[in-house]
Amino acid sequence: MASEAHPISLTVNGRPVAASVEPRRLLVDFLREDLGLIGAHIGCEQGVCGTCTVLLNGASIRSCITFAVQADGAEVSTVEGLASHGELHPLQDEFSDKQGLQCGYCTPGMLMRACEILAQNPDPTLTQVREAIASNLCRCTGYQFIAEAVLAAAARMRESKEVAS
Amino acid sequence: MKPPPFAYAAPETVAEAVRLLTENAEAEPRVLAGGQSLIPLMNFRLAKPGYLIDLRKVAGLNGIRREGDALVVGAMTRMAELERSPEVAMAAPLVAEAVGLVAHTPIRNRATVGGSLAHADPAAELPCAALALDAELVAVGPAGPRTVPVAEFLNGPFTTALQPDEILTEIRLPAWHGGHAFVEYARIHANFAVVAVAALVALDGGRIRRAAVALTGVAPTAIRAGAAERVLAGAAGGAAAIAAAADAAVEGLTPAGDLHASPATRLALARTYVRRALALAISRAQNER
Repeated sequence: MASEAHPISLTVNGRPVAASVEPRRLLVDFLREDLGLIGAHIGCEQGVCGTCTVLLNGASIRSCITFAVQADGAEVSTVEGLASHGELHPLQDEFSDKQGLQCGYCTPGMLMRACEILAQNPDPTLTQVREAIASNLCRCTGYQFIAEAVLAAAARMRESKEVAS
Repeated sequence: MKPPPFAYAAPETVAEAVRLLTENAEAEPRVLAGGQSLIPLMNFRLAKPGYLIDLRKVAGLNGIRREGDALVVGAMTRMAELERSPEVAMAAPLVAEAVGLVAHTPIRNRATVGGSLAHADPAAELPCAALALDAELVAVGPAGPRTVPVAEFLNGPFTTALQPDEILTEIRLPAWHGGHAFVEYARIHANFAVVAVAALVALDGGRIRRAAVALTGVAPTAIRAGAAERVLAGAAGGAAAIAAAADAAVEGLTPAGDLHASPATRLALARTYVRRALALAISRAQNER
């Protein structure tokens, strides 16, 4: 069976992207191989580990079990879009400060999931953060420092919002 | 691994999708909804459809609406939408509770109602909740739509009454007035359930007027525990009736053992979780009054 390429157009980290992809192209491979955005990692390739997590229209998804064609017309956000003007996002800054990473393999997925968690609940409890990041596996940190980093970033993000408003 | 090659179309109407299914029958086409079960199977090359018909552009398959006393949910509605919907919380809280146990948020953000039912994983939560509610499914084929009660839809593991040329378009959930509970035992949080139980209880005075109990993990599909429901009907909702119902629920069952649990473990879990589900559903029914 022939597998013809399909045209897609989407927004990736705020930039419009038009491409022609084989329908079997996984979104994570499209991001990594075609766009050179290697932040989203490939771990289990079955939707379990979460290291490929990106945001699709603001919602966290597994890009290893999503076809690129399914992202046609959507807005995709990856870890490469988090920092702005050379300044780390508060989540990135706190992950660094609180040692929320060791080998770093889970970090891009963890950061994108954390973005969604804080967008849905800017002031979560430790328990809520722990339960919410259970979607993403980390084999190094034991999760404590990740949860602390998310809470610290949440506090900073609330503060800067108050200053802005 | 990567999925094998396939041809692909994203039609804009159900009729067009059905036509593509029929015309490409020799390619063993599959319908793509959220893909959260199908794409992992394709990555493993356990599923090798030659043609994928993506429903993402089909109008009218998304959303939740009230129709009389029933809640009608479009097949492409995401699990996360069900979880957050105030209408589901009001009219079908059993479903909201069940969906909250389906994998993790990133999966629920993509996984669909229709996909879960059509995939018919014997350990899945949604078919069990739908069965307790006597939900009806609407399937559209070349001859038009037909309605199938979920009890007649679930034929076996990954096997349903859906014909190769049919597409599941909506699920109709009758409202239940009373208490509900969906509880499960899983080896780790968010895994598929080893055993899950859905319970619904309606009280009349101090007695149980009507109850519905469904289980997964003890038979090839989710099943209704009719014997337990009969034990409960007319009974006072105390510990004795709950225990008798739990015994009746597992009477005569012969679950298969596997890596996760032996037949005896599954039966013991089922009995315990029926008890827990009924106790919770009854207390909620009492609080509702």
